[in-house]
Amino acid sequence: MTKPDSGPRSAAPAGSASSAAAATPAASGAAATPAAPVASEAPPDNRIGTGIRAVVGRGTDQPASWGLGDGQAIPWEYAPAPESREIVQLQGRYGLFVGGKEVAPRGGQWFTDLDPATEEPLAEIARASVEDVDQAVGVARRAYRRAWGELPGRERAKYLFRIARILQERSREFAVLETLDSGKPIKESRDVDIPLVAAHFWYYAGWADKLDYAFPGRVARPLGVAAQVIPWNFPLLMLAWKIAPALAAGNTVVLKPASSTPLTALLFADVCRQADLPPGVVNIITGPGEIGLALVRHPDVDKVAFTGSTAVGKEIGRAIAGAGKALTLELGGKAANIVFDDAALDQAVEGIVNGIFFNQGEVCCAGSRLLVQESIADVLIEKLKDRLATLRVGDPLDKNTDVGAINNAAQLAKIEELIEAGVAEGADLYQPACELPQRGYWVRPTLFTNVAQSSRIAQEEIFGPVLSTITFRTPEEAIEKANNTAYGLSAGVWTEKGSRILMVTKRLRAGVIWANTYNRFDPTSPFGGYKESGFGREGGLQGLLAYVRLEDR
Amino acid sequence: MATQGKAPRRGVAEVALPSPAARVTVRKTYKLYVGGAFPRSESGRSYVVRAADGAPLANAVRGSRKDVRDAVRAARAAFPGWDAATAMLRGQVLYRVAELLEGRRDQFEAEVADAEGLSVPAAREQVERAIDRWVWYAGWADKISQVLGTVNPVAAPYFDFTIPEPTGVVGVVAPERSSLLGLVSRLAPVLVGGNCAVLVASEGRPLPAVTLGEVLATSDVPPGVVNIVTGYRRELVPVLAAHMDVNALDAWGVAADALTAVETSAVENVKRVARGPRGGDERFDWLDDRRAQRPEWIAAFLELKTVWHPMGM
Repeated sequence: MTKPDSGPRSAAPAGSASSAAAATPAASGAAATPAAPVASEAPPDNRIGTGIRAVVGRGTDQPASWGLGDGQAIPWEYAPAPESREIVQLQGRYGLFVGGKEVAPRGGQWFTDLDPATEEPLAEIARASVEDVDQAVGVARRAYRRAWGELPGRERAKYLFRIARILQERSREFAVLETLDSGKPIKESRDVDIPLVAAHFWYYAGWADKLDYAFPGRVARPLGVAAQVIPWNFPLLMLAWKIAPALAAGNTVVLKPASSTPLTALLFADVCRQADLPPGVVNIITGPGEIGLALVRHPDVDKVAFTGSTAVGKEIGRAIAGAGKALTLELGGKAANIVFDDAALDQAVEGIVNGIFFNQGEVCCAGSRLLVQESIADVLIEKLKDRLATLRVGDPLDKNTDVGAINNAAQLAKIEELIEAGVAEGADLYQPACELPQRGYWVRPTLFTNVAQSSRIAQEEIFGPVLSTITFRTPEEAIEKANNTAYGLSAGVWTEKGSRILMVTKRLRAGVIWANTYNRFDPTSPFGGYKESGFGREGGLQGLLAYVRLEDR
Repeated sequence: MATQGKAPRRGVAEVALPSPAARVTVRKTYKLYVGGAFPRSESGRSYVVRAADGAPLANAVRGSRKDVRDAVRAARAAFPGWDAATAMLRGQVLYRVAELLEGRRDQFEAEVADAEGLSVPAAREQVERAIDRWVWYAGWADKISQVLGTVNPVAAPYFDFTIPEPTGVVGVVAPERSSLLGLVSRLAPVLVGGNCAVLVASEGRPLPAVTLGEVLATSDVPPGVVNIVTGYRRELVPVLAAHMDVNALDAWGVAADALTAVETSAVENVKRVARGPRGGDERFDWLDDRRAQRPEWIAAFLELKTVWHPMGM
């Protein structure tokens, strides 16, 4: 991903590297000027939130070494490479998508959707009322009875293939819009999110007419109307994970995207229209969390699927307790990324960085706890600090950006609060000295060392670019510490020893485990958690189970 | 072989004036089965179990909140070993249970007949089917992961596979009506997947469950893998449903009017909840093999683990 040799190399002292950066024409808007960390002088803004001064460089007054002698900054610079936003035609207002049409909210209320990188408004979004929820569920029910539920699988399949193709055709538009709305780097929305979205529809399209072969001895019947509530970290990808299997199995859906990231879901409504999907099969309503609760509570909903925090997942579970609705929950995590002493360290460093800084760490399966074997801890942490210094934080639309904007102000406040808690509890903080844009929601890549197992930053899901490092001595200790959390979504294991990979992955209580890699996703690969990370799987044959009722042949 | 009428009744209802020639029977004390032992309740309480016609049969232990907690602790302690057992071993251990059940057929027939008010042939059918069902599930031990597991053809150079693993400690609220067959039908799938169980027996018909505990104790099933608590459901089920170290709950035996409260408690640590048919299992035909023995019932208490390995030189 990073091409360190793409910029001009400079052996000049730090001071002149800084002035070279200052002379670089600024990217449009609030783009970050990529700045080299300068350890020997105070950087212009070295603070996160309030009251915390970042430790610069290696936490001493020595700068990071790049093999070019001491006293030098990272010897390369990046010109701005912004992706054009021309391809996106934003409407001033977005209504609800119900029954194949855009409709105004009955309560006449709208809310503003912001670009988290600039805090500028992007559009006005309809705030659904309880009546809108009722109407959407009713429309979905009628579409289920009259059109979709009885449609032969081969016809449903063709609609889903159409959707996959249109998503591929419009991939750049979706990528730019996703980045504008969510703050994630364009290279992630372009290379990860949107390709996976299309692939997900593609994969489940093929199941629609093969359900008879999915579950031996059983007939797979749709459940009916699915109520789906999704988060803001992967807005369109979570939509795909929810809608593709539901439609393949013959259900109709009412989906509520997160209120800070509704735009790609509302653009997806246009894809449904282009695909001539029967009206009412997919309905999208927007609004705050209470509308999501009203949706899952609706008596005519047969199936509830939620991705988001464990706290909200429990609220949903309580809201529908005893109602007999099918439920799947994909909730939070606090994944351990375990590095053994025989791991390929440079690969591990890349995996650790990908594990916690991918999508600003706003990933339920983020590798937010680094468990490193004591004998290699110092070397690994040094390498990691060097690598962190090269991460570029700033304009999400810049194609060189590694870490974009935090999605919303509330999340930013939560991350800052937990970073402060980490410092208060005695962990050592390291942040590279990158400049942050003046507006928008930003957090520097953050590394904590000397973290106690009981510390809040070792136990609570931060959902931000914050890595907590804990050491261990034996594999037994690593497994015990990794499992010592209420969560169980994911984990990583780094070792060159195959038998150890297999034993450690067997004993980790987590639903997705990456060995010598991290944060890989695929529509054929089931994803979901153990323990309080939820239940049910998304992706693969197993993901179909969440949307079918199995009857005897 | 008796072909009609009720089985001869034993227990406290027995007429108490023996003729000089008659032998006085040795009655059994029905106790809990926790951690491989047979404790009485720490609460020192019991309740009278009555036959279908209302005649008293025995005193059963009226278990308490603390008995449930002890049972969960025993189940948790037994879980690593049972989870680590090879699939073939687990299958053989469970098959051995069926062997022992077969040897106790007469006793179970009498208890089921008393409890459910069945004729001897009807009770025998229940017992025989329960034994056969145990054999059916035992055979799944080394097959279920081949049915539920997959190798996933991901679009990148990774070897990616998904395998089932046990959920952990499972609370089983046994069906109230079917005292042995219903119980076996719900318990065996929990065990064959590698889980440990804390079972709340039928409140009105708990005696076959206690006797099953005696069978398990003399089988090769390790202590703590199955724990059986008898008592009042209104006292026991809420404790089990809310317990933070119980990972899943089989709510087939939960009465319809208690289900909302039970599911609400179960949310607290995101328990997996298996529900019975809507409107309760009153009319469920436990003798129907097609409906009452299913691999999905094993899968309900399994987690799926996906593992990614890079491929390279």
